[in-house]
Amino acid sequence: MQLKPLARSLAAALSIVVIAGCSSTGGTQDGDSYGSQDGSTTGSSTSGTGTGSQYGSTSGSGAGQQADSRIPEVRTIYFDYDRDTIKSEYESVVMAHARYLRANPNAQVVLHGHTDERGTREYNMALGERRANAVERFLNIQGVSPSQMSVVSYGEERPAVNGQDESAYAQNRRVVFNY
Amino acid sequence: MQTQVLKKFWLLCLLFTFSSVASANLTIEITRGSDQALPIGVVPFAGSDGLPEDVAQIVQDDLERSGYFAPLARSAMFEQPSQSDDVQFGTWRSLDVRYLVVGQAEQTDGGFELQFELMDISGQRRMIGETVTVRGNDLRGAAHYISDQIFEEITDIRGAFSTKIAYVTAQGIGDDMQFGLYVADADGRRSEQVLTSDEPIMSPAWSPDGTKLAYVSFETERPAIYIQDVATGQRVQATSFDGINGAPAWSPDGRRIAMSLSKDGQPEIYIMDVANRSVERITNNNSIDTEPAWAPDGRSLLFTSDRSGGPQLYQYTLGGGEAQRLTFTGNYNARGRFSPDGEQIFLIHRSSRGYQVARQDLSGDRLVVLSESTRDESPSVAPNGTMVIFATQQGNSGVLSAVSADGRSSFRLPSAQGDVRDPAWSPFLN
Repeated sequence: MQLKPLARSLAAALSIVVIAGCSSTGGTQDGDSYGSQDGSTTGSSTSGTGTGSQYGSTSGSGAGQQADSRIPEVRTIYFDYDRDTIKSEYESVVMAHARYLRANPNAQVVLHGHTDERGTREYNMALGERRANAVERFLNIQGVSPSQMSVVSYGEERPAVNGQDESAYAQNRRVVFNY
Repeated sequence: MQTQVLKKFWLLCLLFTFSSVASANLTIEITRGSDQALPIGVVPFAGSDGLPEDVAQIVQDDLERSGYFAPLARSAMFEQPSQSDDVQFGTWRSLDVRYLVVGQAEQTDGGFELQFELMDISGQRRMIGETVTVRGNDLRGAAHYISDQIFEEITDIRGAFSTKIAYVTAQGIGDDMQFGLYVADADGRRSEQVLTSDEPIMSPAWSPDGTKLAYVSFETERPAIYIQDVATGQRVQATSFDGINGAPAWSPDGRRIAMSLSKDGQPEIYIMDVANRSVERITNNNSIDTEPAWAPDGRSLLFTSDRSGGPQLYQYTLGGGEAQRLTFTGNYNARGRFSPDGEQIFLIHRSSRGYQVARQDLSGDRLVVLSESTRDESPSVAPNGTMVIFATQQGNSGVLSAVSADGRSSFRLPSAQGDVRDPAWSPFLN
C-alpha cells in the first residue's frame, strides 16, 4: 500500500483532476451571491470549470504522514457561501480521512452536511446534501469504498455557532466526518 | 415494490403523547396597523368579573390582529352597555366608532353562557347576535368563535380565529439541542407540545381535515417523514428512504402527500399514496427540486427548483408536460404557497435587503414584498387567505411573525423559549 511521496502526489493530483471534472452536478449554481464573500459566479448549470487549478495548486501537500490507524483529528471542513467546492486548504484533511478509511476497511463514516441559516430550510437541506456528496465523491475517487460512507444533510438545523454575521455563517457552512 | 419495504417501517408508536407546557405560550405584538382598519368598539362583557378569561378582550385582540379593525381603547368608553337596547348611537358616533360589540357572560352548571350583539353604529342597527353555550372551561374557544362571527358579518370573509398553528422550537447549539413540535391557537395561546426530540424536527404540515400533522424528524439520526394524529399523539413513520425525506405537503383530498426525496441522487418531487405508501416520481432532472405545495384544486404542484441556476418557483400540472417557471424577479424565490383561491402565491424572495415574504399574482409575474423583516422563512397562509404567518429573526432569536396578504398590517408572536420556526397554519377546524 505504501506509495513513494512523489507517486502519492501524482496520484492525488490525477484524482483531483478527475474529481474537478466530475463536480458538474455539484455546484450550488446560484451565481449572484447575496452577502457572499467570494464574488465569483458560475452562472450556469455546470460548475466544473475553474476549480481544477484551485485543487491543483496545493494537491499532495501538507497531508503529513500520521499513522493511519487513528481517526484523523480534524473532522470538520468549511465551505464558501452557496458553494460545495472543497477548498484547497481542506484537501489535506479530506485526504487524511481517505487514507484512514482505506487503511481501515471496516471503519464507517457518516458525512454530515450543513449550511448557514440564510434561505429556506428545505432548500438548505438540499444544499447541505450537495456539500456532503461532494466530500463523498472526493473520498470515493481517493479509493474509499462507497460501503464505508453515508451522507446525512442537516441543512441549517444544527448550527455549530449562533450569530447572524459572516463569521458565524462561515463556521456553520461545513461538512463533519462522523465515525 | 417499495410498498413491501415501507411496510416494515410502518411503526406504531404510542410513546409520544401530549404534554402541556405552561410557559410555551406565544404572545402578540402588533408591529404594523393598517391605515384602512375599521374602527370598532368591543365593550367588556357584563358579568365577566371573576371569570377565568376576559372574553371581550380576546375578541378585541383577534379583530385587531387581523388588520381589518382598529379597536377603540377601553379607557375611551365612558359607557359600557351590555345589550343592544342600551346602546346610545350618538355616543359611539362621537367616538368615530363604526361598529360596536356588546355582550354578557354568565356562569352555568356545566360551564358558561355568553351573549353578544354586533351593532352598526352609522346604520343605527343591530347586525347579528347570538347566545353561545360554553361547555367546561373553553371561554377562549368561545371568544374566537364570536370573533369569527363578527369578522364574517362585517367583511364577508370567513373568520380564521378558531384555527391553530403548528410550529417547531429549538434550544441549544451544535450537538446539544432540543427540538419541540407544538400546536397552539392561532393567537399563539394554549400551546401544547406534541413531540420533543434531541434531533431536528422540521416542516410540519396539516392534513386538510386538521386531524393530523406530517413532519420531518431526525430521531433515527437521519430524516424521515412521520404522520401524527394531533388529538391522540399516535404516530407512524411514513418514509425511510436513503437521503433527504423532506417537505411533506398533503393533497387537498388528504389521500396523497407530495414530498422531496433524494434517494435517486438529487432531491426530486414525489407523491406518496397515504393508504399504501407507494411513491410516484414527479420531477426528473439534474437539479434540486423541493418544497412542493398543492394548488387548491389538487391539479398542480408548486415547487422550488434550481434547474435554471438559483432557486425559482415552478408549477407542474399533474399528468401533463413540463413544469412552468413562475418567478422571474431576482435570483432567489423559494418555498411557495398558494392562496386559498389559487390565484396568488406567497414565497420567500431574496431582495437587496435580505430574505423576505413576498406575494405574486398568478395572472402576472409582478412580485410584491410584504414583510419588513429581512431574515424570513417558511410562509404559511391562513385558510381564509387574509394573513401569512412566517418565521423570522428578532435579535438573535427565531420568532413567528405574520403579515396581512395585502402587506398593510403585521404582528409578531415572541416566545420565551428559544428559537421558534417553521409555522404551519391549520385549515378551518369547525
